[in-house]
Amino acid sequence: MHKPRLHLVASFDIAHLRYLDEQGHATQALPDFATPDTLLSLYRQMALARLVDDRAVKLQRTGQLGTYPSSLGQEAIGVGTGNALRKDDVYCPYYRETGALLERGVSIAEILAIWGGDERGQCFTHAAADFPLCVPIATQLLHAAGVAFALAYQQREMGAKARVAVTSAGDGATSKGDFYEAINLAGVWKLPVVFVINNNQWAISVPLKAQTAACTIAQKAVAAGINCLQVDGNDVVAVRAAVADAVERARTGGGPMLIEAVSYRLSDHTTADDASRYCPREELEQARTREPLRRLRLYLEHAGLWDDGREEELQRELAEIMERELHAYREWETDAPTAMFDHLYARLPEALLEQYDEVATVRPAGDEA
Amino acid sequence: MTAITMVEAVTQALAHELREDNRVVVFGQDIGVNGGVFRATDGLQAEFGSGRVMDTPLAENMIAGIAIGMAAQGLRPVAEFQFMGFIYPVIDQVLNHAGRLRNRTRGRLSCPLVYRAPYGGGIHAPEHHSESTEALFTHMPGLRVVVPSSPARAYGLLLAAIRDPDPVLFLEPKRIYRAARQEVPDNGEALPLDQAFRLREGSDITLVAWGAALKETLAAAEALSAEGVEAEVIDPATLKPLDIHTIIDSLEKTRRCVVVHEAARFGGLGAEIIAQVNEYAFDLLDAPVYRVTGYDTVMPYYRLENHYLPDVDRILAGIRRTLEYPA
Repeated sequence: MHKPRLHLVASFDIAHLRYLDEQGHATQALPDFATPDTLLSLYRQMALARLVDDRAVKLQRTGQLGTYPSSLGQEAIGVGTGNALRKDDVYCPYYRETGALLERGVSIAEILAIWGGDERGQCFTHAAADFPLCVPIATQLLHAAGVAFALAYQQREMGAKARVAVTSAGDGATSKGDFYEAINLAGVWKLPVVFVINNNQWAISVPLKAQTAACTIAQKAVAAGINCLQVDGNDVVAVRAAVADAVERARTGGGPMLIEAVSYRLSDHTTADDASRYCPREELEQARTREPLRRLRLYLEHAGLWDDGREEELQRELAEIMERELHAYREWETDAPTAMFDHLYARLPEALLEQYDEVATVRPAGDEA
Repeated sequence: MTAITMVEAVTQALAHELREDNRVVVFGQDIGVNGGVFRATDGLQAEFGSGRVMDTPLAENMIAGIAIGMAAQGLRPVAEFQFMGFIYPVIDQVLNHAGRLRNRTRGRLSCPLVYRAPYGGGIHAPEHHSESTEALFTHMPGLRVVVPSSPARAYGLLLAAIRDPDPVLFLEPKRIYRAARQEVPDNGEALPLDQAFRLREGSDITLVAWGAALKETLAAAEALSAEGVEAEVIDPATLKPLDIHTIIDSLEKTRRCVVVHEAARFGGLGAEIIAQVNEYAFDLLDAPVYRVTGYDTVMPYYRLENHYLPDVDRILAGIRRTLEYPA
């Protein structure tokens, strides 16, 4: 049987970026931004994110908070991404985002309020253009594409300065149509948007190998004709470097990018989940040795920038911040029941006045029962 | 001034807002050079450029989702879905985001956008092109659902929808896209949302209908007039939020009512209108409020579609049943 001759029309390579190995040794010269001050600040923010997650889980376990998704083990992705943006860039987060939200200036009390059942947590006092947390999987990726169009449009038609939209999602989200639709449009319209995928290996109980036959998530960008990179998501220097490069390229007209940050979810999916039902113990133990805080701490220790004393001092300082924010959260008074009507429309339609009055009279403001 | 069709009135409104407000962008499938499959965007890309009037890749959910990002960032996006039959992938974006972004950020972000879609039956279209599923969307909080029924109302209501600070689903009854011509001055004057229109005065019975079904409903009213029965015809136009007061006011006079819609009966908007009439005006009624609607079947393919859509005879039968109560 004669075999037809084929010729190659396209092929692809996926690059992986890493600066720090598991033992905290530099695998190559660190990028320019990685000054001692910046590294210490990244370490501090990751430690704060870990503390917030830890306390939030405890609050949930003691009935003081609703369901909460910890980002334990993935702090480098949130902090590295958040740190790479300018304040007036626009972030469209998913929901496992403690580190990124802290970097964006969202207060811990706001984060707790969101998971404590109060919409006002999404007011994001210090990140006014950012989207709220997004729970329906992958839908935020399309918002980010729309935001990116608007930012480019405002620059082109209205003389606004160049800004970039950045959005995040988990590995499971890359199975959804919204993901493909967003990266596809971003490529066709060359939008200033960066997609950061937290590949933490799990979509609740479904492991990555049951999610996709692709050997990387980054390569999904190839189908959309956009740039991509895989980074070590446990290496905050790599995440920060990759996102910052992508954001600056997008800002200067270089178009979109997909970044796959490879990490591991060391916690349950949320407090409503029990990962011991499906997560192999040995795999989890293995993953713990690669986690991001330990790695950066070892690097800082090797560089003479860190020791047990400084760690103790940091933990004391962060515990104080946490206490203050916890206090603010506990002082947070429940909104008036009529608040459900107040921002439904810009102005409450007449057709809803009767329902508003019913809520206002039957349940007076402040009655939480 | 030349008289224009409803689809031309849509184009005129889009062009007016593109000219007056540089935050307005128009996009969808085939809406650029091609001017849309019904030509609703004819000539807009030539006049305003491909930076403001854009063809998108083929993905309805994507069109809905990016509109949310654009609107939240200060633009005034007007997105077209080619047919209502292909709108269902967008329900996630509309229900979970467009209708609730303002609320879930307590007013920090909002969604001043318009989703346009041709809807309804009666043009012998392929499968999936003829349904009237407005009730799926009137159930969604935070959204407006608007249906024009004439060139002038298409122009004025679309201007209002684009200028509205909240999301609007603007459903264009394609059966009457070119059914009638009317002089519509391009004066930028919007018509009010959330307000019903009284299309015909009468004191014997109130007929409530919207979109293309008004054509047969008004014809039925004229037929009755020859018999000495005068029907009042009300077009809610904004289906959500609903102006029930105009309907109740009419009932004070007529005490009898029929609701006509193309959509399936069960859970259709007629059910909501009758429930509200029951709550607010039970004592006014001399007869139950009947519905003349599509059936609770799959919308039939076009050989049978005229058996599904309410026609003048079915509407008259519904009216007589009401007028003759108790028989």
